[in-house]
Amino acid sequence: MTERDKIFSRIRDALKTASPKPGSHHLGHHPTAQQPDSLTAARTAASGARDWLPSVGHTEAEWITLFTKNSFDLRTSVIVAADAGAAHRQLRALSEAEGWARVATHGHGIAAGASAALGLNQINTDGGYDVHALERCDAGISGCDALIAQTGSILLTTRSGGGRALSVLPPHHVVIARLDQMVPDLPSAYELLHHTYGPAQWPSMITIITGPSRTGDIERILVLGAHGPKKLTVILY
Amino acid sequence: MKITLFIPCFIDAIYPKVGMAMVQILEKLGHTIEFPGELTCCGQPPFNSGYWPEARRLARPVLKRLENAGAIVIGSGSCGAMLKSFYPQLFAGEPEEAAANALSAKCFEFSGFLVNQLGVTDLGASFPHKVTFHDGCHGLREMLGKQPPRELLKHVRGLELVEMTEAETCCGFGGTFATKFASISTAMGEVKCASAAETGADYMVSNDSSCLMHLKGLLDRQGRPLKTLHLAEILVQS
Amino acid sequence: MTGNATQFQNDADRLTSDLTHRQRIQSAMTKYYAARYPRQAIFRDWQEGRQTAAETKWAGINELDKHLAEFEKNAVSRGTSVHWTSTSEQARQVIVDIIRRHNAQRIVKSKVMTSEEIHLNQLLESLGFEVVESDLGEYIQQLKNEPPYHFVFPCMHLSREEISDLFENHLGTAQTHDPEALTMIARDVLRKKYIEADIGITGANFIVAETGMISITENEGNARLTAALPRVMITLVGIEKILPRLADLALFLPMLATAGTGQPLTCYNTMYGGPRQPGEVDGPEEWHVVFLDNNRTTLLADPEQRDALHCIRCGACLNVCPIFKNVGGFSYGTTYQGPIGSVITPHLRGLQDWKHLSSASSLCGACTETCPVKIDLHHHLLHNRRNAVAEKPGRLESLLWQGFTFLMKRPWLYQTGLRVGRLLQPLHGLVKGDILDPARAWTKSRELPEIAPVSFRDYWKNRPLVSAGDRKGGPP
Repeated sequence: MTERDKIFSRIRDALKTASPKPGSHHLGHHPTAQQPDSLTAARTAASGARDWLPSVGHTEAEWITLFTKNSFDLRTSVIVAADAGAAHRQLRALSEAEGWARVATHGHGIAAGASAALGLNQINTDGGYDVHALERCDAGISGCDALIAQTGSILLTTRSGGGRALSVLPPHHVVIARLDQMVPDLPSAYELLHHTYGPAQWPSMITIITGPSRTGDIERILVLGAHGPKKLTVILY
Repeated sequence: MKITLFIPCFIDAIYPKVGMAMVQILEKLGHTIEFPGELTCCGQPPFNSGYWPEARRLARPVLKRLENAGAIVIGSGSCGAMLKSFYPQLFAGEPEEAAANALSAKCFEFSGFLVNQLGVTDLGASFPHKVTFHDGCHGLREMLGKQPPRELLKHVRGLELVEMTEAETCCGFGGTFATKFASISTAMGEVKCASAAETGADYMVSNDSSCLMHLKGLLDRQGRPLKTLHLAEILVQS
Repeated sequence: MTGNATQFQNDADRLTSDLTHRQRIQSAMTKYYAARYPRQAIFRDWQEGRQTAAETKWAGINELDKHLAEFEKNAVSRGTSVHWTSTSEQARQVIVDIIRRHNAQRIVKSKVMTSEEIHLNQLLESLGFEVVESDLGEYIQQLKNEPPYHFVFPCMHLSREEISDLFENHLGTAQTHDPEALTMIARDVLRKKYIEADIGITGANFIVAETGMISITENEGNARLTAALPRVMITLVGIEKILPRLADLALFLPMLATAGTGQPLTCYNTMYGGPRQPGEVDGPEEWHVVFLDNNRTTLLADPEQRDALHCIRCGACLNVCPIFKNVGGFSYGTTYQGPIGSVITPHLRGLQDWKHLSSASSLCGACTETCPVKIDLHHHLLHNRRNAVAEKPGRLESLLWQGFTFLMKRPWLYQTGLRVGRLLQPLHGLVKGDILDPARAWTKSRELPEIAPVSFRDYWKNRPLVSAGDRKGGPP
């Protein structure tokens, strides 16, 4: 008998007695055990989350406003540009203001275009990269799968984000995105993921980024840039 | 309405005035009071200590005696929770399970009973002092009673209610916990008393005398001027 | 009393009289409340969300075998290695074997509470490997050679001055009392560690059955770097962290962040579904998921307390617990502190050795009220007390409760006792507070209440019989 078999056998033995459905231990009523076949009738987070999560509004304009507000609270900079050209100019202004010397990007359509327009030394992570070189970059410029209005988050994967490290190793992460990549809430983000990658094309990493890296470990005082980027900028058009 | 009063042992022995005030209030509202004097302890001390068979021996006479009672009103959230919330657990799978569930449905904490069952919020009382309210944990969480005591206090003439930041934090009494883990119990009580004193109130009021017994003990030892009173004692002031 | 119980009592006595310590915890928690409650209020319906979260976990746990097998099938299909371990020893062995197979020397870890459970760092260090904790709080605790103080806020008991001293002693850095400067010192040291490490070890907050992924919740980015740069990634996780579907995270991630730290979401919520896939540019060549039982199936076998396995380790029950706030994290002597630790440790490590933690509670219920997955925590403390007594009653305590029951079942005896007590009461002053005082545990810090001259019973018996109608309109 393998260890796996032993564990599964202990689990199956333990589950021979069903446990009471949560929330039934309230006032005056002893919980009654439910039969396992009623498990499928349990309310699930996957189907019901939208009803409980914070409100997001109904229109794309409301979502963009909410995203911007949440980003402000999170210390994420959001720049809304009129078109690709304006977005490139905004990125160049950022680069000049911070004095970037080299940047990293990947072969994602709009991110690569914006980076190329900078005319700086750049690493492209697509063909593999030297980790020391990536670490020395002033900024990592990536695309994303979606922006999430509800939480002010960026959804990206190894494919839309140029691998696992590009969006977390350089000190400034810049996301170039289209306004139509805005989704209202977290359930929509998961629907999008299923639609884009499921059931057989899952990337090995999917991340939801909500603000620049932070810690409160020292006296619960907020410090940005604990290990990941100290700055996060989203340029939208 | 005929109302059965359940008077816990420590109210009987140490704070009889609380029971008397409850009688006075309910009778003034035109109700008939029944007091089953042969009941002493609800069984909570052994129950909380893990001695459930002993707790059942104490609880069985309560179940039997109160079987035919109408509304049962209890002047302590803690003992109230024992009857309402813990008897069903104590007797789960025992022959008395149904009786425990039936009893549970007709047990009420005093302030919740006045406000939610009788629809009374103004008892014509007057108490021109600054008070702060301590939520006894069992009254608050097992009997879900945050609002009723405040509704009642709001209608007392001249009374100024000042909420303390730690209103919902446990005072640290916890029955046998108070002596088994005296240092923790005391530290918790100190937090509570400091928070209450910070409001500048003259009285710390609660609907649970067991908490007040512990808090008064601490306040008196520390020489703080803050006084303690049960809600019912305020509602009979005129 | 067991050694653990004595240690708890001693630590509790010492720490409750340490006002600086109490003040520091209180102040950290005040910041937590200020962040959490407004955040919770933004939810359309937090209470219904809790119920949904609880039911989702319940469904997952009650079909744990099915969901774990589903995870395994999906994860393996993308090249993940899945290992099953029943005990600490087995988990340690599996991990050491992987490290040795790769001739690895340097190991970087993101926060892994299960590794505290199996004392992994001590083992790896004793075998000569370099192990570095990368979460800032965990790193500080590692330098201090202490376990985490709180399983979400590992070094909340330390002041910036103490951390500055620690860095000066271990890293030779200049004194600074600026939290940002202190954080940057750790950032610089640890960046090198991620890049040099051969092996990255992570934990997991959730196991997603449907897609064969794990999900890691963090703020600092250390887990992302740990999972990105080293060529081998090991994830050590308890079998109970299961969620049936990927989209369940849409509710669990914001609830965990809100209950844990008062954030809308933590900074990084990352789902890993395999080692580097064809066409991907980075990530580990191998990913090993090590499942740990370590008596979780013992708790699973108790249907009454099975919901304790729903725990998502947000730490909220610690943050609201008045016991925790006064005795701090180390007094517990457990990997998981606070109410959840008091509930589960007796199942994981032995009821008789850890039952005292279930007694050390006023049963106030603040933990149950705050728990985002509605674990019936304070009632489970009662269940542990009951189970401990049923298994092995204390001889003296047993006699005491039998005596108490005998007395209370006889109203005449109770009333006689009351009268005797009233008579003896004036004599109490002679012994009050000293060693002969039978009520010393009470009177050491509190005045004893006085037995009233007339009990309620006596009042009721002696009051004139008047009908309710006559009383109407005025006090009796």
